[in-house]
Amino acid sequence: MEKIPILRMGPFLLVTIQVDLYDRLAENLEADLVQMVSKTGAMGVLIDISAVSIIDSFMGRIIGNIASMSKIMDAETVVVGMQPAVAITLIELGLPLKGVQCALNVERGMDLLRAKIALNEGTPDDYFDTE
Amino acid sequence: MTILILNKEMMPVVKEQDVVPFRNRVKEYATKIGMGLVNQTKLITAASELVRNMLKYGKGGKVYIEVVSKGRENGIRLIFEDKGPGIPDVSLAMKDGFSTGKSLGLGLPGTRRLVSEFDIQSVVGEGTTVTVIKWKNG
Repeated sequence: MEKIPILRMGPFLLVTIQVDLYDRLAENLEADLVQMVSKTGAMGVLIDISAVSIIDSFMGRIIGNIASMSKIMDAETVVVGMQPAVAITLIELGLPLKGVQCALNVERGMDLLRAKIALNEGTPDDYFDTE
Repeated sequence: MTILILNKEMMPVVKEQDVVPFRNRVKEYATKIGMGLVNQTKLITAASELVRNMLKYGKGGKVYIEVVSKGRENGIRLIFEDKGPGIPDVSLAMKDGFSTGKSLGLGLPGTRRLVSEFDIQSVVGEGTTVTVIKWKNG
């Protein structure tokens, strides 16, 4: 059985989708990811979809679900690397991925996650940082 | 203007695992006629939506993939045929936001926006046939 790997990177989970997902694979990813968030206490989930050439309403729903599930498990989700043709198609299809944070690439996605987590926590580290 | 069929292939789609190979096949044809990436993506997304509908409501069926031409324009025509329960009210099913399943209800109207031509014929108790065309530059 194929599986989408979920990598741990500090307080974040990193998922790179390299294949076109069929339904079962996508549903498993959804379940695995929520499990991993719970198990590792991850603060953020970064989903890289730069290799995904098709997002239909089913896939869109899976991405939305992952974001909302992570949210209620206290983790932020950022989707990065969407191909321009996919973005055009999603909007014409009528699927604006409401409630899903996106960033152009992994680097900017990481920055966004860090910023969101710092914002949520207001950590003392940041508080006394006076550089 | 009449539409000429240049090439035709039939693929049965009866289970979820057939979806990805079917999409790849559509992509091959679209690439072969030189369709641009954005139009290809729209066509394949539309194909994916329709084939999912067919699996979900029609218990699977057959898809004809055709290379067609009208005048100087080439395109891909997809015909989705199922022997499912049919759709009692097609105009209602074509409305944005309508769904009997637990999906988002973007299926048919969303799909229509992605293709150049869209036609749906449905007879309750006999089945549904959806035909879409995406012109190379359309």
